[in-house]
Amino acid sequence: MRYSGMKVLWEGLTGNRGWKPVWREPEPKKSYDIVIVGGGGHGLSTAYYLAREFGLSNIAVLEKGWLGSGNIGRNTTIIRSNYLLPGNEPFYELSMKLWENLEQDFNYNAMVSQRGIINLYHSDSQRDAFARRGNAMIMAGADAVLLDRAGLEKQCPFLDFDNARFPIQGGLWQPRAGTARHDAVAWGYARGADMHGVDLIQNCEVTGFLIEDGVCKGVETSRGAILARKTAVCVAGSSGRVMSKAGMRLPIESHALQAFVSEGLKPVIPGVITFGAGHFYISQSDKGGLVFGGDIDGYNTYAQRGNLPVVEDVCEGGMAIMPMIGRARLLRMWGGVMDMSMDGSPFIDRTHIDGLYFNGGWCYGGFKATPASGFCYAHLLARDEPHPTAAEYRLDRFISGRMIDERGAGAQPNLH
Amino acid sequence: MIINHPLLGPRDASEFVYLGDASLIDRPDWQAKDAQQQFHDYLYLRDNPAGAHRELWFHEQGDRSWLVVTRDTITHEITNVELARDVALQRGRGR
Amino acid sequence: MSQTHRIDGGLLDRSRALRFTFNGTSLEGYAGDTLASALIANGVKLVGRSFKYHRPRGIFTAGSEEPNALVTLRRDGHGEPNTRATVTELFDGLVASSQNHRGPLRYDLMAVNDYLAPFLSAGFYYKTFMWPKAFWEKLYEPVIRSSAGLGRLSGKADPDIYDKGFLHCDILIIGAGPAGLCAALSAARSGARVILADEDFRFGGRLNTETMAVAGTSGADWAQQAVAELASMDNVRLMPRTTIYGAYDHGIYGALERRTDHLAESAGKPRQVLWRIYSKRAILCAGATERSIAFGNNDRPGIMLAGSVRAYANRWAALPGKRIAVFTNNDDGWRTASDLAAHGADIAAIVDTRDRAPLEAPAGATVAMGAYVTDTKGRHGLKSITLSNGTTIECDCLAVSGGWSPNVHLTCHQRDKPQWRDDIAGFVPGPDLPVGMRVAGAANGALTLAAALREGHEQAHAAAEELGFKPASIALPAAEDEAVETSAFFHVKADGPRAWIDLQNDVTAKDVKLSHQEGFRSVEHLKRYTTLGMATDQGKTANLLGLSVMAECNGRSIPETGTTIFRPPYTPVAIGALAGRSRGKAFRPTRLTTSHKSAEERDAVFVEAGQWLRAQWFPEKGETHWRESVDREAVRVRESVGICDVTTLGKIDIQGRDAAEFLNRVYSNGFAKLPVGKVRYGLMLREDGMVMDDGTTARLGENHFVMTTTTANAVSVFRHLEFCRQCLWPGLDVHLISATEQWAQFAVAGPHSRDLLRKVVDPEFDLSNEAFPFMACGEVTVFDGTPSRLFRISFSGELAYEIAVPARYGDAMIRALMDVGEEFGVVPYGTEALSVLRIEKGHPVANELCGQTTARDLGLERMVSKKKDCIGNTLSERSHLNREDGLALMGFAPVMRNEHLSAGAHFTSRDKPATTENDEGWMTSVAYSPTLGHSIGLGFIARGRDRVGEIVQAADPLRGKTIEVRIVSPHFVDPEGERQRA
Repeated sequence: MRYSGMKVLWEGLTGNRGWKPVWREPEPKKSYDIVIVGGGGHGLSTAYYLAREFGLSNIAVLEKGWLGSGNIGRNTTIIRSNYLLPGNEPFYELSMKLWENLEQDFNYNAMVSQRGIINLYHSDSQRDAFARRGNAMIMAGADAVLLDRAGLEKQCPFLDFDNARFPIQGGLWQPRAGTARHDAVAWGYARGADMHGVDLIQNCEVTGFLIEDGVCKGVETSRGAILARKTAVCVAGSSGRVMSKAGMRLPIESHALQAFVSEGLKPVIPGVITFGAGHFYISQSDKGGLVFGGDIDGYNTYAQRGNLPVVEDVCEGGMAIMPMIGRARLLRMWGGVMDMSMDGSPFIDRTHIDGLYFNGGWCYGGFKATPASGFCYAHLLARDEPHPTAAEYRLDRFISGRMIDERGAGAQPNLH
Repeated sequence: MIINHPLLGPRDASEFVYLGDASLIDRPDWQAKDAQQQFHDYLYLRDNPAGAHRELWFHEQGDRSWLVVTRDTITHEITNVELARDVALQRGRGR
Repeated sequence: MSQTHRIDGGLLDRSRALRFTFNGTSLEGYAGDTLASALIANGVKLVGRSFKYHRPRGIFTAGSEEPNALVTLRRDGHGEPNTRATVTELFDGLVASSQNHRGPLRYDLMAVNDYLAPFLSAGFYYKTFMWPKAFWEKLYEPVIRSSAGLGRLSGKADPDIYDKGFLHCDILIIGAGPAGLCAALSAARSGARVILADEDFRFGGRLNTETMAVAGTSGADWAQQAVAELASMDNVRLMPRTTIYGAYDHGIYGALERRTDHLAESAGKPRQVLWRIYSKRAILCAGATERSIAFGNNDRPGIMLAGSVRAYANRWAALPGKRIAVFTNNDDGWRTASDLAAHGADIAAIVDTRDRAPLEAPAGATVAMGAYVTDTKGRHGLKSITLSNGTTIECDCLAVSGGWSPNVHLTCHQRDKPQWRDDIAGFVPGPDLPVGMRVAGAANGALTLAAALREGHEQAHAAAEELGFKPASIALPAAEDEAVETSAFFHVKADGPRAWIDLQNDVTAKDVKLSHQEGFRSVEHLKRYTTLGMATDQGKTANLLGLSVMAECNGRSIPETGTTIFRPPYTPVAIGALAGRSRGKAFRPTRLTTSHKSAEERDAVFVEAGQWLRAQWFPEKGETHWRESVDREAVRVRESVGICDVTTLGKIDIQGRDAAEFLNRVYSNGFAKLPVGKVRYGLMLREDGMVMDDGTTARLGENHFVMTTTTANAVSVFRHLEFCRQCLWPGLDVHLISATEQWAQFAVAGPHSRDLLRKVVDPEFDLSNEAFPFMACGEVTVFDGTPSRLFRISFSGELAYEIAVPARYGDAMIRALMDVGEEFGVVPYGTEALSVLRIEKGHPVANELCGQTTARDLGLERMVSKKKDCIGNTLSERSHLNREDGLALMGFAPVMRNEHLSAGAHFTSRDKPATTENDEGWMTSVAYSPTLGHSIGLGFIARGRDRVGEIVQAADPLRGKTIEVRIVSPHFVDPEGERQRA
């Protein structure tokens, strides 16, 4: 079924009776060419691109809960490609370009909204670091603008320029960045994959891997064994738990990241604003809620919740730069579990077990990567060679010292 | 969270700074034949368990003790707190 | 119009009339009113518009679960959007206005959306607005954004202040209704330290709104007596107007106390206080929330929850209607009818979905058993209801009771899953409560008054006993177990008009069915696809109705269908309160050096360095541009002498028999053999082989060292050293203490620095080059015996020293240094000149030590000893970190002498475009060198050391500037280091 304004009109006139389920609810088959473990954003986009770009459709996505219940179901919806390092920036820029054509591509309005992102700077050396980054972005084909104070004031007059503890000097602006409606991204990919014949299987938990002589032949699930020529794990947040079933230790720790949304308000904040020095970033959703967050809680956890010190720290950061939000009320706080990797960058790679592939380590940045992650993982699965933009995302990169460490924080996941 | 410091009693977790798995105490021998591989595994690979986790916290806003806290990563329940120095000595670390 | 709907009785202070305005109309109420009760008393029905269809809406509840009656309270910077009128305490001069309409509330232009409803069903926006592509950001989205949202922020800084505090108790009791009061009495009498908190301004909960007797007196009076007893006890803290909004780990609860929200002015006092309560035990006595029943056009002003209608009559002496009908599926609805009849209200009808009447109906009321409401009329206020039996009944208020849902929210904050109980047709707390929490009363599913009192007492008794208190045996106050039989009837299954589930977000039963039809069948999909339960009330009155419709579509039971996750906060919390005092200049502490005052007197311009404020430059008369000042300062240092406060560098005092060995392991270069009285530059690596920090360490004695760190890393280096000491080498005899703030330290740099110091340091100390050469250090005295430490180290490349005095002498010291230096033309210099001098000399700072660079990149690979174990040396040997085409720190000079370099530019070969593939490195630091007379820079470039003299491009497309630069040595001035050794 093709979605369009005309279709909405027609259905509206005929009692909305013609809408069909967006996906089938198939029983799992005994075997597939490729089984994707994890029906979150990356798993669904992988399935979609495998089918659409590489013509494969004998594929199942196994999801323990409901489709989109991964971190795509709980994030702050920001899309951007303002990375620094050559191992990252081309990949995220590929993602940005996929975002820009996504809705027409899968015929679903995911509300990709390029309202821009501004990273504030407060000192000459921060400005210099952003200049280095902005140039790296432009050199990779992305867009970047260095705003001075006057330029920033024009866009964000509500910032506290006069009384801020750390004077706001300007910002690095990526106009093409923005937000997308996170659930709709999952649904759009799921619908697209389903239409290409991919089996999306909900309430199907993977309980083990069928590994014989160093070869992975499929998975054990709560709904029985499912064989696969290739098993592609894509469960960021639970990577440690799942891969331990294959006997693997990973360069990953699990941490909780909290995020917050306010009551609905008429538009006050144009795009995304980040205040790195104060652990705060914010945007406003189309529904009117201020969506904001900050640092991870900082200790290993698999609990999807956090504690008060970070809640207060984030709100302090907000009030420090935009004291007009003081009387807006925080409506809901939630926590998601992140794969925090040892250098802050992800993995899309084969494992040492034949037939077993791994995608994870997205830290708190997985949402924006959803299209490129799926695209590049699909490339790896279909062709058995990494996509050029994701070639650095190797599991063994620390052995040779090929870290992709944007922050320069070293092998301590909670600092990235 | 509240960490029951073995010397100072219960303290709010926000007084502490977190490092990671207590296995970071077990720094390998630099002269081992496969020292590079050992250091790689030591520094980069984690058990990352869902359940009991022995982990290092530093009492930065307090007495500057490093502690080994045994905490459940699903419930956050803390079942044991030890001075890291004692743990290190027990594990055979010395000079 | 004046209080046309006010009746006798209630818990009001009628001696205090309060004036207020709603949408500009002046009205009157009494002390004890909420804004909602006062509006009802004044006959106001229409108070707002719904989110999507802009349907006219009235007050629906009498509590914090209110979905409809959201107003903007107060004005200008004090304006508070989305404030629930039902929990807003009335004060004299209150100003409120309705939200989310264009034009007057009564004639909202956006109400056209209601007629377009067939096209605006759940998720319609996912299916359209995709063509043409460019129209989303330019047209569709701006229209959607401007019509979405509810209230409006003023855009002005919040003028109020907020405080934070910490409280500790043995037993925290959440909610001061019958269960909570009884629990508090039991707990307090046992001697436990008790905190009793309730969101209401008056303790008593439903006791204040019901007519049932407790211990032979009215519930409200009994509550007053209980509160009086509790108030007299030293071990009890009563916290009215306080919402416990979240349950966190280890018995920590978040609480918001509203201090001045009920006053016209905060008068400089904190508006709200955010508490963190540390409890050993907590008893949740949060009561229950009544839910509605979904039926056609069930959202009109005048249709309210039955328990709320009763509350307005009993507690606030305000009748929501002149002719009231009741629609119920349970016994409780009947109580509303009898209470209202007792107040003299005209009861039009009682409509019960069940077959048998449990009680006698008030005289004159039509009773319709086994019937339900199918439709209603009255656009701006209810006029009539239509029943399933076809009759139409005229009424201006419909009290709906769909049963009571226990307020289990806080039990779920640590992801306990609530459990279904058929007998009350609702969810009760599950088995995995937060540690230390117990639940009593209606929150636990005990829906009768007597049961609530009993459970409150029992749970407090048990909690006190667990904590080792001797609970007093008390007689439970007598109360009746009233009839509470209920039935599981959630929505009218008829193909009639739209039946609202979520009033605020305009989610109807049809939307839930459509969600199912389209495959969004799990509870989370339902919520996300339809926005059910995502409004400011988080679906407190709606969630179960939505679940029931979905369960029916799925052909499964409600518990099989599931429940969404309750997340904090219980009710929304102002961001200002969560931030507290940390705003403006108080966002973070400001650290000042001891020379700050003196620098201020010299008109210094300051700059943030972490939390420190440092002098950036010292403008002199006639200087109009910062460069003039900085150039002058740098030149004076090179020509004569300058003084710079370097106190902010981290200082760590290291002592012990193994101090030297310890340093030998934490620095990559050797320290074991550093002689006493000498300083050495030290390079510190992380275990991954990257450079962590650098600095100088002085050996003051055999077992005594002083380490300096960079300003930025002072804290993290200290933490790292403690890790090494306690966790890696616990057997070493070494002790550390941070001494950053104990010493004021000044760099004295320039050819005349020795001459200047000779006038400062007491004469018994020989400062000659032979006696105190480059990299010497020692303890000296200055100005007749003041203890001091002297280090002959140089960051500028000049003959230079750093002299440290105990911090209390810092201010005197800087003034004395400037005084005695006058004859040499001494200048104070700031961080800018410091930076110029260090770039001229090629010293790396944070720009170069960015955590991504190795010793080899910095040209310091010889400082990584291969002969010893030290942090980082093993992994620094990894192949990629030692690749042929690795980076090297180099100097850069513009080919055209007058061109300015820019930090952050990337290097590419001359003939290649600026792309990622051609990227060879970047410029880290730049300065104008007054010594050389042109711009200079430091930066990393691939194979730099083999490319000295080569011309490359410094591409800065970000600022539209690409220039040619020559690769040179990073040591622009005195590369041999002769000056610093002079």
